Amino acid sequence: MTVTVAWYMVFAAVLFSMGAAGVLLRRNALVMFMSIELMLNSVNLTFVAAGSEMGLIEGQVAALFVMVVAAAEVTVGLAILVAVFRRRSTANVDALSELKG
Amino acid sequence: MTEVILFGLFAAVALAGAVVMLTARNPVYSAMGLLVVMLSMSVFYVMLNAHFVAAVQLLVYAGAVMTLFLFVIMMIGVDTKEDNAETIPFQRWITFVVAGGLAAVIILAGRQAWITGSEAFGTPDLNGTIENVADSLFGNWTIAFLSTVFLLTIAALGTIALALFGPTAVGSAETEEGA
Repeated sequence: MTVTVAWYMVFAAVLFSMGAAGVLLRRNALVMFMSIELMLNSVNLTFVAAGSEMGLIEGQVAALFVMVVAAAEVTVGLAILVAVFRRRSTANVDALSELKG
Repeated sequence: MTEVILFGLFAAVALAGAVVMLTARNPVYSAMGLLVVMLSMSVFYVMLNAHFVAAVQLLVYAGAVMTLFLFVIMMIGVDTKEDNAETIPFQRWITFVVAGGLAAVIILAGRQAWITGSEAFGTPDLNGTIENVADSLFGNWTIAFLSTVFLLTIAALGTIALALFGPTAVGSAETEEGA
């Protein structure tokens, strides 16, 4: 029995769904950000696994690009979160519903 | 066989970390759970011969991003209790159905178009050293690499702008008006 690429794919799919559940379930904006990071990580694993299966280095290059975009996203997102917190003193997304119709 | 044992062990560890991240009341515990997931991810990268990506995963995610998260958690305050009252009825059950359905759809769709064995491509030995990654990164993907430089610069400028001209200035102006 050897580890095939399908194992990595299934594992990444499960992790991605857990990240999606976290975004839907949690109210703390910080934990929602962490769930998004989890989803990005699982997609990275898919890229690298598929790349190694097909013998293409591009899978790893794509994973590196995803990491760069994730780093930029975290920087801006956490800055927005801190800005919201300084104004409203809460990180709970249910409390930030002023634009709700 | 060792590969199977390693995979099972670290997959279990990563799933446990993800569950901790999802269920922990305290955001610091959530951050620790995510850290465990990221560390086991780098083990998977090493198993897939992606050595450079594994190193970058440790440096960028486990190092920089998690530190940033912990800074913000400490800044916002760890004592703030999360209010778990459901504003949307049956939100928890809807979430479970949606997430489970998502995983099922991804896995089922993957079975239809599964990548079949490396012998179909004939190049199973891929070595993700810095040299090989850099050959591709600075050879074929130079423009994309340069645009990430712009992306990071713009993100850093935006963060600085948010910190300098952020809502405190507006907020204090409002309170002055109110007074």
